[in-house]
Amino acid sequence: MGYPHGSHPRETPILSKYFGDAGARTLDGWRARGGYDALQQALATDPQELQMIVKDSGLRGRGGAGFPTGLKWSFMKPDGKIHYMLCNADESEPGTFKDREIMRWTPHGLVEGVALAAHAIYAETAYIYIRGEFTEPYAHVTRAVEEAYAAGVLGANAMGSGKRVDVHVHRGAGAYICGEETALMNSLEGRRGNPRIKPPFPAIAGLFGRPTTINNVETLATVPYIIKNGAEWYKQFGRPDNPKSIGTKLFSVCGNITRPGNYEVALGFPFKDFLYDLCGGPLPGREIKAVIPGGSSVPILTREESEAAIMDYEGFAAAGTLLGSGGVIVFDDKQDMVRQIARLVRFYAHESCAQCTQCREGTAWTLRIMERIRDGAGTAEDFDTLLSIADNMTGKTICVLSDSCATPVVSGLKKFRGEFEAKIVANRAMVTVPGAFRASAA
Amino acid sequence: MSHGPSASGGALVAAPPHGAHHDEPYVPVFTGQARAELDTIMSRYPSKQAALLPALWLVQDARGWVSDASMEEVANALDITPAYVKGVTTFYTMYHQHPVGRHFIQVCTTTPCNICGAEDVVKSLLEHSGCGDLGLTSADGRFTVIEVECLGACGFPTPIMINNDFVESVTPESVSRILAERT
Repeated sequence: MGYPHGSHPRETPILSKYFGDAGARTLDGWRARGGYDALQQALATDPQELQMIVKDSGLRGRGGAGFPTGLKWSFMKPDGKIHYMLCNADESEPGTFKDREIMRWTPHGLVEGVALAAHAIYAETAYIYIRGEFTEPYAHVTRAVEEAYAAGVLGANAMGSGKRVDVHVHRGAGAYICGEETALMNSLEGRRGNPRIKPPFPAIAGLFGRPTTINNVETLATVPYIIKNGAEWYKQFGRPDNPKSIGTKLFSVCGNITRPGNYEVALGFPFKDFLYDLCGGPLPGREIKAVIPGGSSVPILTREESEAAIMDYEGFAAAGTLLGSGGVIVFDDKQDMVRQIARLVRFYAHESCAQCTQCREGTAWTLRIMERIRDGAGTAEDFDTLLSIADNMTGKTICVLSDSCATPVVSGLKKFRGEFEAKIVANRAMVTVPGAFRASAA
Repeated sequence: MSHGPSASGGALVAAPPHGAHHDEPYVPVFTGQARAELDTIMSRYPSKQAALLPALWLVQDARGWVSDASMEEVANALDITPAYVKGVTTFYTMYHQHPVGRHFIQVCTTTPCNICGAEDVVKSLLEHSGCGDLGLTSADGRFTVIEVECLGACGFPTPIMINNDFVESVTPESVSRILAERT
């Protein structure tokens, strides 16, 4: 449902069905809504069979990369080694606030998914890493874990299955980069949150050097429904002509839009209907100018491009962008795109872990140039410099934070070049009058 | 902020008056109940060091900030060096390395909130709190206001955090009422 709004008839509420329903937060409340049936069933099922069901369902990671979940799980074999299950609840991608609502309203749904996944990957211990700012979600998830232990759902004999499943909640302390999976592992181990060089991949050497599976909150919250209802049931959600994007997805909508909030739709939904019908379109008297559909790290779309897009992995790729985390940021015609792209760059410059030179220097240089263009002190040569820096920031670092900083600059320069040029022209006009430029820039 | 003085030119927090804050004579945090709590936390991980972030949270909850002396205490408890603890502490934005106001206010000004007027909320907060500038504490010790990057509540602009509480949909007009509720 479109929390904080009521559910729209065109939504497909599965994960979001109980958003706004405080009764779903308790163990009893969750059980009364069918919760923990899937875990009970899963604990009596062979892990490899669980891996097959999830693989067959077509579920892909909802954190941003879209990697097939069942395939990721299938890297974990019964090798007798210690394995770890990790839940990435470090939701920090600007525009994204879906995991927050899952944890606030259905914390037991997440705990169930995490415990189920732990069993499916031959792990006895799971950690849920929640970003430091999410104090309320942290309190709800911690309470749910405590309740689950007290009721014997978790622990040495989880749900009477004879299997040990421990789930611990770990609080971050403010660092966007810890949403990157290996940075998260370092952070949980008590280190600075610097991403690790891959390979080795987490399935070989992850948390504490052990084989590890890491999944996003939304992904793990989805799994119990698939186990309970079957892979075939899950496959009904999506475009009939696109078997690569299956299921429902939560989209967080924010910015200059009439009804911001979370919406859950079946993948393959027309983006135009989503923006205007579900979300109510732009504010009165305004028009949509641009949309970032998948969190701040994906390319910006113009209004025309967004209205033609289909909301699934392939649909957004065809539109020249990415589904990403499903964080939809809407800009209306009042917004100065140069100013807002400069602000996005400031985010990445602030959040760079400073490990790789291209990122540490590139984000800072990009910010300085973007801010001088914004302030009317840029030159036409700055465009080429920005693109050259962006090229050096893309595909050349340990993680993709650097690429994410370059993305809005490159797509912004391409799609809103007129606005960039207007700043330069304004600058030229000013310097022809001696002294005027300095006065206006001050 | 995860690295030293930023070359970004857009420092989010005005430099606090460092060096003026001491924590002496130092009274250890990890005694009695707090020590038991730390031991419980440590039992959840295969390494002592993994309890570092939780230990720093316990310190900050108890003292309001994390002093050098506290870092040394944490280092001793976890068998790592004080320098290592400092390196980790300074990586994360949420640990205060100097005392802050009783009500520590973080305002999100990242793009989604920015296009909905977050900068006006910052101005209003600075004006009504008496802080004067970002990162400074009001003379009465009540407030410190800083700008932060995405708080993850983009659909409720502008969200602010006051200590551990979220306040959503803050407007320049609602600021004075919100501050008046916190003495």
